[in-house]
Amino acid sequence: MSDYNFAYLDEQTKRMIRRAILKGLAIPGYQVPFASREMPMPYGWGTGGVQVSAATLTPDDTFKVIDQGADDTTNAVSIRKFFEKTAGVATTEEASAASVIQTRHRIPEDELREDQILVYQVPIPEPLRFLEPSEVETRKMHSLEEYGLMHVKLYEDIAKHGAIATSYAYPVKVEGRYVMDPSPIPKFDNPKMEMAGIQLFGAGREQRIYALPPYCQVVSLDFEDFPFEASKADHACDMCGATDSYLDEVIMDDAGNRMFVCSDTDYCASRRKAGHVGAQGTPFEETAA
Amino acid sequence: MDADVLKGGFADAPIEAAHAFRAAMTAIARPGKIETLKGAVPPAPMSVAAGTLVLTLCDPDTPVFLVGEWDCQPVRDWIAFHVGAPIVGAAEAMFAIGDWAGLAPHTQFAIGTPEYPDRSATLIVECDALKADGAVLRGPGIKDTASMGLPEVDAFQMNAMLFPLGLDFFFTSGDQVSALPRTTKVEAA
Repeated sequence: MSDYNFAYLDEQTKRMIRRAILKGLAIPGYQVPFASREMPMPYGWGTGGVQVSAATLTPDDTFKVIDQGADDTTNAVSIRKFFEKTAGVATTEEASAASVIQTRHRIPEDELREDQILVYQVPIPEPLRFLEPSEVETRKMHSLEEYGLMHVKLYEDIAKHGAIATSYAYPVKVEGRYVMDPSPIPKFDNPKMEMAGIQLFGAGREQRIYALPPYCQVVSLDFEDFPFEASKADHACDMCGATDSYLDEVIMDDAGNRMFVCSDTDYCASRRKAGHVGAQGTPFEETAA
Repeated sequence: MDADVLKGGFADAPIEAAHAFRAAMTAIARPGKIETLKGAVPPAPMSVAAGTLVLTLCDPDTPVFLVGEWDCQPVRDWIAFHVGAPIVGAAEAMFAIGDWAGLAPHTQFAIGTPEYPDRSATLIVECDALKADGAVLRGPGIKDTASMGLPEVDAFQMNAMLFPLGLDFFFTSGDQVSALPRTTKVEAA
């Protein structure tokens, strides 16, 4: 008896998480409380997403983990290894080959299909938390649909900066009812949330699960005269030349040189494999690390 | 206690429950879609799909309400042995199992509170057959429209008007399941 139970968690815990996921899907955007367990990783490393993935995975799944779009960062590698060990699932770095994708702070550039599930790691699930610290109050605000404070916050952005300066975790309204925190994805990704796949959100420390069924209406909050804009760095990827992907800015040296590269490493690599070369890129070689 | 009560559980609980949950989740995320749900072999009159849902979602934390023919000793014993869920009255139930007529009136179930709309009952409605055509469905999880055979339309229209409160429904027949969450807008075809 040295094996883990399939996908680490015990069955009663998974049932509790599964019930929360089903209620979350039935009430899109509403944060369902759940009895989050301690996981063998610190809070802030995706304990919520890991628990949701553990309750969702089957042995037939192919699992992909991204951290800010990258498959090869510490958080992504460790979570991928965790499920390789405890669930024995196949893993991949290709977005199109994955059936379950756990993500920290990005939505893959490739459009998700109906048979794919996206699991988000969420640090602070309550969009109103920085405006109203009391859980009792924010819960009442959600129940009364009292979201004026959020619009005041966006208005103050405009008053101070001349534009809505919120660039990530940009609040959305789901099906005209609940204001939801899309997790700290860049606002560039917000329009992608109306997708064909199922989206599940897990916040471990805050003990909340919420969800979006496919084709769910997700509207980024804005004003008529200051409409929402899905912005990105005004540049093409220096590796693959893509002009439609979200970019990371990388400082190259002390002399102020920098380059912009796709945040989604799989998207960038598949474009380079297809022969696209950016301004500072080199043609793709199979041996390149 | 009859020895048959001990039979009919999952042979490999973690794996079968994982597959069953994915089918149930797909059903509720895509109203009208019919999924296969099997693994459990509950005593009659409970269907394989309903029994599998019970094994996948119910445990000592989830009070269950049984109606009509489903409220019989073999079913009670089976749930007690495999799941350990308390059998309760309609108002306290998190899950209710039975046929459509037996589950009426639907106002007897918990629909959640404005602060906690998730504290609402899930009804597992046993049907003779699941039909893909019938009422027209619109709402989250549905691209344009979907269709689904429903026992009636009014009750689901009333339920949708309660949103974000309301009941969520699974429909089961044999090893098939489909679902209707409270968000779905139903129109007679």
